[in-house]
Amino acid sequence: MFEASPINLKNLTRQKIFRFLLGSMTATLILPVALILGTLIVKGAPVISFDFLFTSPTNGMTAGGIFPALLGTILLVLVALLASVPLGVAAAIYLSEYAPDNWFTRAINLAIINLAGVPSIVHALFGLGAFVLFFRFGTSILAASLTLAVMTLPVVIVATRESLQAVPMAFREACWNMGATRWQTIRRIVLPNAVTGILTGVILEVSRTSGETAPIMFTGAVFFLPFLPQGVFDQTMALSLHLFVVSTQVPEMPEAVPYGVALVLIGMVLLMNSASIALRMYLRGKKKW
Amino acid sequence: MTTRENSTAIDTSLAISTRKLNLWYGTFQALFDIDLNIKQGLITSMIGPSGCGKSTFLRTVNRINERMDYVRISGEVDVMGENIFGSDVEMLQVRKQVGMVFQRPNPLPISIRKNILFGHTIHTGGKTGKAEQDEIVESALKQVLLWDKVKDKLDHKATTLSLEEQQKLCIARLLPVKPSVLLMDEPCSALDPKGTEAVEELLWELRGKYTILIVTHNMAQARRASEECIFMLMGKVIEHTETGEMFLTPKHKETTDYIEGRYG
Repeated sequence: MFEASPINLKNLTRQKIFRFLLGSMTATLILPVALILGTLIVKGAPVISFDFLFTSPTNGMTAGGIFPALLGTILLVLVALLASVPLGVAAAIYLSEYAPDNWFTRAINLAIINLAGVPSIVHALFGLGAFVLFFRFGTSILAASLTLAVMTLPVVIVATRESLQAVPMAFREACWNMGATRWQTIRRIVLPNAVTGILTGVILEVSRTSGETAPIMFTGAVFFLPFLPQGVFDQTMALSLHLFVVSTQVPEMPEAVPYGVALVLIGMVLLMNSASIALRMYLRGKKKW
Repeated sequence: MTTRENSTAIDTSLAISTRKLNLWYGTFQALFDIDLNIKQGLITSMIGPSGCGKSTFLRTVNRINERMDYVRISGEVDVMGENIFGSDVEMLQVRKQVGMVFQRPNPLPISIRKNILFGHTIHTGGKTGKAEQDEIVESALKQVLLWDKVKDKLDHKATTLSLEEQQKLCIARLLPVKPSVLLMDEPCSALDPKGTEAVEELLWELRGKYTILIVTHNMAQARRASEECIFMLMGKVIEHTETGEMFLTPKHKETTDYIEGRYG
């Protein structure tokens, strides 16, 4: 009485076919990632060395290392963070914890969404107009970093706001009912429990910022500099732009160099992302409610 | 602090008294001309079907309703003889004076000790010596009959306690700021029968020291655990008498119908 009927068999065959189809389509997702990483490692790994990472390019950039570009990218990201994190976190706290639901708040939310949708080349031109020319920062680390900061502000705001809103309302009510002010509630209960999410957002911002090319091209990053930047008003080299230069602008470039640069850049981003995931898992494990 | 011994003297003074209290959520009127006099030191229960305005009334007494800007209130509410909507009233002081316990225990995600000290810290700026803090923690936990169970794990997270213990902790953390009124919004509905019994026992323990107003869906609980009882229906107070009297000889047909389970 429990043997398979012909219809059962037909349905089961069909189910197997679709399972295989859907599964193999999913598997193709890995393909581009595996190919990119594989190619970069195979072709780029041989040039990676201590000297490659920590010396300056020589011989019209066809030899030597990438240190000024590596340092430049780190500087650009750091200054961008210094500008966007305080501003973004403060805005997110206001929007999530204080802002009443009125036309003004809705206008701000709309602005944030639109800011996230602006193409990076438009940010670049905005940065050129605003920071380089209007504020007279010149093409400098400061101007480039501020441009990056504006571009990544929505990421910080959205990540922070989401992690604030993940803190249960019951905690806030408990505090308010004891006569705590909004700020006491935020400072003592909401922020400590949202810090994981905020950090994750910040790290993701870092990984995104470090790869951007267009916004820094007009505002502070240059093809080649014979010296290291001495302050935020100097220009700098950057990994992403350096990759573009060594790939397309320099004749007789050894083939391995662009791959090496790309590998360093992607390695930096992957390292950041893994750190973000690890941090999130660690802090989530400590949290209990 | 008042005690049971002089309860005859304080019976005449009122902990909460309202005159023509009306409340609207937007255009929906939730409370109609509420005139209530709730006596100091007693346990008063509020019963009535869902949506009758019990919780709304509770949330008005510690002014937590007002954070929603579509709430409109008219009339007067006095707590310990003072109008809580007076022009020189600081809302934070009202909430300090009127503690609230919720349906679902909501301990803060910090240690047991810090939960107890939270209210004290936010109202004093946290400049209390350790010895005094220890005393506050011990006294609050003893009052809610939790001290012996948790005294060795004060640094554990409060969220690791059982629901019954969490609810007791939520009551305990109100005490260090010396409130006069404790509002409880179905404090036992998330607890099992044993936990419910323990919390009811605690209410009797606290009776006299604090005025307790408890909303409940459980009529047996209202009968067991309160001295006076208020029956509400559709935003109006139908009846407010001594609990025994309410359940034996209700004066209104609606009350009879409700306590006999004809609607709910």
